Parts: sequence; C-alpha cells; structure tokens
Amino acid sequence: MTYLATHLGSVGALTLAHLALVGVSLCAACALALPAGVAIAYRPRLATAVLALLGAVYTIPSLALLALLVPLLGLGRAPAFVALVLYAQFILVRNVVTALRGVPPAQRDAAVGLGFSPRQRLLRVELPLAFPVILGGVRLAAVSMIAIATLAAYVDGGGLGTLIFRGFALQNTDLVIAGALPSALLAIAADASLRALERAVRV
Amino acid sequence: MNGEARGSAIAFDATTVRYPDATRDAISQITFDVAPGEFVVLLGASGSGKSTLLRTVNRLVEPTGGRVLIDGADASTMDPTTLRRGIGYAIQGVGLFAHMTVAANIAIVPELLGWPRERIAERVDELLALVDLDPQRYRTRRPASLSGGEAQRVGVARAIAAEPRVLLMDEPFGAVDPIVRASLQRELLEIVARITTTVLFVTHDVREALHLADKIAILRDGRLVQFGAKNDIRDRPADRGVADLMSLAT
Repeated sequence: MTYLATHLGSVGALTLAHLALVGVSLCAACALALPAGVAIAYRPRLATAVLALLGAVYTIPSLALLALLVPLLGLGRAPAFVALVLYAQFILVRNVVTALRGVPPAQRDAAVGLGFSPRQRLLRVELPLAFPVILGGVRLAAVSMIAIATLAAYVDGGGLGTLIFRGFALQNTDLVIAGALPSALLAIAADASLRALERAVRV
Repeated sequence: MNGEARGSAIAFDATTVRYPDATRDAISQITFDVAPGEFVVLLGASGSGKSTLLRTVNRLVEPTGGRVLIDGADASTMDPTTLRRGIGYAIQGVGLFAHMTVAANIAIVPELLGWPRERIAERVDELLALVDLDPQRYRTRRPASLSGGEAQRVGVARAIAAEPRVLLMDEPFGAVDPIVRASLQRELLEIVARITTTVLFVTHDVREALHLADKIAILRDGRLVQFGAKNDIRDRPADRGVADLMSLAT
C-alpha cells in the first residue's frame, strides 16, 4: 500500500483516465446496442444470428482481441476503445432484446389497439417498460468494462492497468495493488450507483 | 350483404382469417351486420375464433378473405392507426401501462387525437366518476396499486375516453371474481346506455352474454353457428350444440 499512499496524485490521474476510457466506451456501446436491440428484438431469426455473432466476439480472449486490433488501429486508446465497445455489445444487445420481449403482451396489445403508431409504441410504452432491465445490462457491461480496461495499458492505452503491468514487470506487488484496488473500487461504485438508479426507475 | 345501404356500424362480409402455417381457418366466411348502438356479444369456447373476429375490426388481425366494413367503409382501406384511435379497446388482463398513472392511461387516446390539455383533464375526471372511482383518490395512482376490479374500471374508462363510435371488449371481466364481475357488468350497461356506442363484446360465459347482449353471435370452430336477438337464440337454438350452451345459463 505504500506506493498508493505516496503517489495518490498520479494514481488519481490514472483512475480518471481509466474512468474516462470506460465512460466513453460505454456511451458509444449503448448508442450502438440500443438501436441494434430494438431492430432485432421482434425478429427472432435475425436476433438469434446477431446474438450468436456477438457471443462469438465475446469469447475471444480480451488480450488476443487487443493484439488483433493493434495492426489495424495502432497503439494507444483506439484499440482499447474498440475492444471495449465490441465486448459490451453482447451483454447490452442481449439485455435490450430480453427487456423488450419481457414487455407484458397485454400492454403491447393495448398499445397497438389504442392507436399508437409503431414509433410512439416503442418510445412511450415498450422502452419505458423495458428500461429497468436495459439498465441492468448497462450495469453488467460497466462492471466488466472497468476490469477489462486494465488491459488497455498493454497496448499503451493508459489507465490503471499501467500500474498493474509495470508492477508485474518489476515484480512489485505494491504497484499491482495500486492499480488493482482503485479499479475494483470503481467497479463496486459503478455497480452500486447503477443498482440504485435501477431501483429508482423500477415501476 | 350490403353494409352501406342498411347503415351498419360494423358489417362482416364473408370475413375469413387463416393464420400463417395454420391448417384451417381461424374464422371462416363470417357474415353479419351490427347496427349502430347495438350491443353484440361474440360467444364461443376458446379456439372458436371470437377474439380473432373481434380483432379484425381494429385491424389487429387482417382478414385473409372477405371484408370488414365500418360505417360502410372497408376497414382495409383505412390507415390502421387512425382507425384504432376511433375505436375503443378493452382487453382481459386490462393492459394498463404500468409506468403511467391512472389519469395518464385514461388520457392516451384523447392525447393521441390532440385534444387540448384542459379538456383532457376534465374528461379524465368525468370518466373516473363515470366508472365509479373518486377522481381525487385515483387520478395519480399507479396500476400496480389497483385491485382487479378497479383496474378493469380504469380499462373501460380508457377504452371510452375519446367517445368512440365502436367499442371492442375482449373478455374484459374475465379475470375478476363473480361479485365484482356482476357489478362491472351492471355499470357497463349503464355507461353504454349513456354514451350511445356500438359494442362488440367477446366472452365464453353464457350468463354474461345473456345479461349484456342485444344480439348474440355464436361461434364454433371458426364458423358462425347462429346470430340473432338473445331471446330468439334462447328460444329457438339453431342446433343441439347451441341448445346445450343455452341450458348452461339456467
């Protein structure tokens, strides 16, 4: 713990960089996954195919995916960003699909029968009712992205992994802990705050 | 069949539905007219096609043969969303939107039709009073906090909110206990008498049918077995099956 105590400033900066990478990646991932989930939720065959594909991406070891992206995107944050977005897609899209399919049939039927246009039905009935479940997916994605983002340092993408990799190379446990502990705390904080939000919006 | 000349509110004209991949028609060659202001009950066992027939009126189901005329116009030529906003719709299990208040649920169709805000608020209170719920107490409640009977009342209020000329009800009282059901039926008759709307009401309960209906359409295996005034059907059943069905009510 001595490194952490003596380098609070630099560890704080790395934590912020870590958080920024995850935050930007998570926002981009949601922006992709929400329309994708909406598009496939009521098309069972397409949904199966898309989720199988995203599931396959999800099984690629994170380190290998990063290594594969470097020749395409170079070193730095770009490959880390793309890897995080790709990983989150499986979790996020699957949750959007599950959430929309979980809207009670009577409420969907009533929405159509009362005369909502398809767009109004989606925005005013289906998405609000699905929102708590979708948020559950965002929480899962956020927590796993915070962990996976430590690998960004391997491709020179910065963040708390920098300390972990350096500590590993120098066989310095103090450094490893200085990277791992804030990362774990970030994950716990993200989990707790998104859980609270989920409870607040649950109907 | 000439729905136009006789001024029918709803006319089924050889209406046929076969669902994709089905081996037989869900409803087959159904033909009868419903006059404006009539209360017609579609009566039959589950699988008889009564809900399917009801759902062709607001185009939740599209006929694969024949036509459905509403006020003389072929429903298939109308914009489905516009058509549905002019038709009240209440279903079993109610389908109240869990994320909206009671008032917001009732206000849906008037809002979709672009009524001014004050008129909607007035209308919501008026409807709550009409279905015997105190506006003060119920306006801001959420559906989850309502009893089965209260939820059904809100469902009825929502269905008639924009004064539809046609009201479709698919086993709306199917999920409530017999005592609540009896009072809901009584209230429905009072309401319908006041708002002059044509009603199509689906049920498998003979007593409910005889209590509510002006006329009854009896369906079996997707076919119309008998259509007529309820007393005629009770006194002169078309076949053994209808006679047996009617005997359940006594």
